[in-house]
Amino acid sequence: MKPAPFEYHAPTSLEQALDLMSQHAGEAKLLAGGQSLVPAMNFRIVQPGMLIDLNRVVEMSYIREEGPGLHVGAMTRERQLEFDASIEKRIPLLHEAAPNIAHPQIRNRGTLGGSIVNADPAAELPVLMLALNARLKAKNNSSERWIDAPDFFIGMFSTALEPDEILVEIELPFMPARTGWSFMEVAPRAGDYALMGIAALVTLDEAGKCSNAKLVYLNAGEGPVDAKQAAQLLQGETITGKLIDEAAVLASQKEINPYGNIHTSIEFQRHLANVLTKNALKQAIQRAGELQ
Amino acid sequence: MTQAIPVTITVNGKKYTREAESRMLLSDFLRHELRLTGTHVGCEHGVCGACTILFDGESMRSCLILAVQAQGHEITTVEGLANDKDNLHPLQQSFWEAHGLQCGYCTPGILMTMIPFLKQNPNPSEEEIRHALSGNLCRCTGYQHIVDAVKLAAEKMK
Repeated sequence: MKPAPFEYHAPTSLEQALDLMSQHAGEAKLLAGGQSLVPAMNFRIVQPGMLIDLNRVVEMSYIREEGPGLHVGAMTRERQLEFDASIEKRIPLLHEAAPNIAHPQIRNRGTLGGSIVNADPAAELPVLMLALNARLKAKNNSSERWIDAPDFFIGMFSTALEPDEILVEIELPFMPARTGWSFMEVAPRAGDYALMGIAALVTLDEAGKCSNAKLVYLNAGEGPVDAKQAAQLLQGETITGKLIDEAAVLASQKEINPYGNIHTSIEFQRHLANVLTKNALKQAIQRAGELQ
Repeated sequence: MTQAIPVTITVNGKKYTREAESRMLLSDFLRHELRLTGTHVGCEHGVCGACTILFDGESMRSCLILAVQAQGHEITTVEGLANDKDNLHPLQQSFWEAHGLQCGYCTPGILMTMIPFLKQNPNPSEEEIRHALSGNLCRCTGYQHIVDAVKLAAEKMK
């Protein structure tokens, strides 16, 4: 239960961190909040030869309003997301979901960027990145590029980042007008890994018809699962109870691909997805209606 | 590979300088290097909460932080709560009075979780207390007396 030996670097600027990454690509692992990496190292599931600790790179921690969205530094703590006033006002889905991320002690240390790069299919933040159409800025020591969230998560614990790249910033568009939201998950205890969870967004036009819907699931496949067909079903329609039921069946039976685990069977996960879809859609529609 | 790195940290208001290998966990540094054994070690993978300490005033798992990462930071452990053994912190006194512990193994972590919680929520509801407790495992009490103790502490600390 102790990490294997490793070489430790604690750069104090992003430039230093990027240089270290270019020199030690493949061998070095980045240490952000460490709330998933350090347990894995304690178990010796992961034994990196080198750790590059980003916790002293203060320039990577910020929440800034810029254009039609927020730009958030990758080292911003999850707890800061939870209490940020502009997130609460302009991206209420993220505000509502944040307290579901593990426990306060974990959120005090865990970071937005760390959870995204860890790409755990059962984690909340990757699901939220997909639901919110986030863009992710990756940098190496000579260039930078923006990656759309759906292109970023390429599999279980796998991302589109190259070995010498660092995720430096997350762009979160403000939620569009007349958009209702809901985040729901079922976990054995508050803060535990959820058996199933959903982030739902519904935009209603002036006539009350659905102009856009998004349904993204956690612990439902190899990464965050975007149920596009179920969302498509709602598009352009006046959403009725029957339509909600159909979308829930489509998403839970056809689109998600849960694996089951020691706490739950696959069937139970599909059942939860069905129920959560209905409840989340109802809540999102109600909220969108209240914003009319 | 095994670098000895000088670490200077402030724990409970006192400055300490020691050397630590990069892989040494903050929990082990507190216990073995500084001999502050009030911080308990349970699961060592961030689940049980027994090792919770305050890192610059915020509750965190000391088993998920490397000692070298604490360089220059302020740590508070359970030893920093009471002035002496006859003058317990009101939160500790409440745990005593309400039987908030049996074996006591989880208690330091729970106290260090509840200190910032009560600061942010001086009048917590039972539900809020239970939610705040969710990151700390106790295998003796069934939690009821811990909840009672936290309620009592909130009263005392008003």
